[in-house]
Amino acid sequence: MSQRLKKVLVFGATSAIAVAALRELVARGSSVYCIGRDRARLDALLADLRVRGGPSRVISGEVAELLDTGRHAALFEAAIASFGQPDAVLVAHGVLPDQARAEASVDAALVAIAVNATSVVSLLTIAAGLFEARGSGVIAVITSVAGDRGRRSNYVYGSAKSLLSTFLQGLRLRLEPAGVRVLDIKPGFVRTPMTAHLPQKGPLWADPGPVGAAIARAMERRSGVVYLPWFWYWIMLIIRHIPEPLFRKLRI
Amino acid sequence: MSQAVTSWNRWPVFRDQTAIRLFDRAAALPDAGGHCIARGNGRSYSDVCLNDGGVLLDTRGLDRFIGFDPGTGVICCEAGVLLADIVRLAVPQGWFLPVTPGTLQVTVGGAIANDVHGKNHHVAGSFGRHVLRLALRRSDGELKTCGPDLEPAWFAATVGGLGLTGVILWAEIQLLAIASEQMELQSTRFASLDDFWAINDEATGRWTYTVAWLDCLARSRGKAGRGWLHCGRHAAASARGVGRPGRSRRVLFEPPLSLVNRASARVFNALYYRAPRAATAGGHFQPFFYPLDRIGDWNRLYGPRGFLQYQCVLPPSNARQALPVILERIAASREAAFLGVLKTFGEFPAAGLLSFPRAGATLAVDFPHRGERTLRLFRDLDRIVHDSGGALYPAKDARMPATMFRAGYPRMEEFMRFVDPMMSSSFWRRVSD
Repeated sequence: MSQRLKKVLVFGATSAIAVAALRELVARGSSVYCIGRDRARLDALLADLRVRGGPSRVISGEVAELLDTGRHAALFEAAIASFGQPDAVLVAHGVLPDQARAEASVDAALVAIAVNATSVVSLLTIAAGLFEARGSGVIAVITSVAGDRGRRSNYVYGSAKSLLSTFLQGLRLRLEPAGVRVLDIKPGFVRTPMTAHLPQKGPLWADPGPVGAAIARAMERRSGVVYLPWFWYWIMLIIRHIPEPLFRKLRI
Repeated sequence: MSQAVTSWNRWPVFRDQTAIRLFDRAAALPDAGGHCIARGNGRSYSDVCLNDGGVLLDTRGLDRFIGFDPGTGVICCEAGVLLADIVRLAVPQGWFLPVTPGTLQVTVGGAIANDVHGKNHHVAGSFGRHVLRLALRRSDGELKTCGPDLEPAWFAATVGGLGLTGVILWAEIQLLAIASEQMELQSTRFASLDDFWAINDEATGRWTYTVAWLDCLARSRGKAGRGWLHCGRHAAASARGVGRPGRSRRVLFEPPLSLVNRASARVFNALYYRAPRAATAGGHFQPFFYPLDRIGDWNRLYGPRGFLQYQCVLPPSNARQALPVILERIAASREAAFLGVLKTFGEFPAAGLLSFPRAGATLAVDFPHRGERTLRLFRDLDRIVHDSGGALYPAKDARMPATMFRAGYPRMEEFMRFVDPMMSSSFWRRVSD
């Protein structure tokens, strides 16, 4: 069953994948409320979406530092004041921490967990309460294939995403009886500013455009875990099942 | 990270290039530690967007619209926006590109930096003539905003400036009002170049868009210079929606050898020439302007060695004498000339110091790259073009010598004053040394 999303609230809206998802949502008729961290980038995004959406959509948003969880409830209220009750919430913010720094510094490790995981838990708790009471809604969170297995090179990031995936698994069981869909979106390698320091070449790398568009489509009709592009489902199925002694030797 | 990057024609291949994607129009250019050149969607058949041993500033991350007024048709967008994005947005609201090249898969920045032209040059001039404003980021961080009426010298240097004056960040463009997605079309067969000149003069007076397809392989007496003249104009609002955009396909793999060879090109050309076509018809704009956009990755058809295009412009005084000589030379070469396109340009003054479009006739022919023998043919053609006072198109050139560029672009010295000291491309080093 496909559901038109008339109003979507997006956190981390200026991230490359969220931008692509927002363009697709607006093209499909959604009004959107965007939360981003940087004023100039948020304004550029809103202008772009207004051109794409035309005058019939409500396109607005505000700047917020999402580590400040005390403000989260107010952000939901501001969105509701702007365009009414949202049909869907998309949480897209995150950082890929410098693994070496996170290994050397307790603060760096905890900030990475806070940005990628606990700030999202705060938003999800508010959204869940809102949608459960109403008996409808879509919650979508961009996690990562990195959350499927701890790896030497990025386990701080991976563990934060893994926390989210487990949280979403349970949340889905709680909210589905109430008519709320919960999506865990796991992109693989995507060419974004977050991964600009990596080579970004090869068949496993995807552009944010198609990944974002697929997120928008998935939000309309799917539930559960969505790997993007699709082949990551099979890659991660294998990677999850490699026995630890062998995985140790593979160094992937 | 160095990576092999080529243009659409897949030659030359440079392995020592670092690509950095730009995302933020408010930011200074990254400190790349070497000479840079902006690269859009890489659809030129040229090294204007290649930089061996240097840095490519990939503008595809600058893909935001900034503003669009459906009342006036003025659109403002970042330089990495594709013409396809503009068409998708504007056509349903009654606006079209004022000038369009033969593919929508180019960026706005690339269209400006190469001052591209279309089938309506005789009534609309080049793309640059419809740019109202643009912003240029210099390597020293300075942001220069210019237009035909604001810092016009910088504007004239940047339009057609091959990215050498800095990175174009955004531009404001006046779109063209259309009443329908449909076109009125007319196709006329001509048996010789003499016939072409006769019907083309008449057609450019009556039609917004004109372009001729030439059979460059027909050699025997009476066949040289045969082809079709295709004319079009946007239909009135009442036109019924008969034509559809058409289905897209994709070339799924790269053949080990070029599928375009002398035999296949000859068969294609003969069939194309003989194909029955209604003299007048209606149709959607998509197949008229962008026939090759329906075949994804069509450059793979030419195999791993890629292809070269020879595109020249010949001044009005010499075009009628020089064109038959060029066609004769191509036919005699036994190279697999494919997709010959002939178009007359109007009398508009050039929008940029290095603009290619100028009064006269332009011929473009694609060849599978067969190494030295293809390059030898091109050198022979250079002599004819040079002696006729013509010029080659940088966006379609991967090999012209510096002498050829200087002869075709007499304002080069004037242009040099505007070149950003950090900007350079493989093309530029080749033609300015």
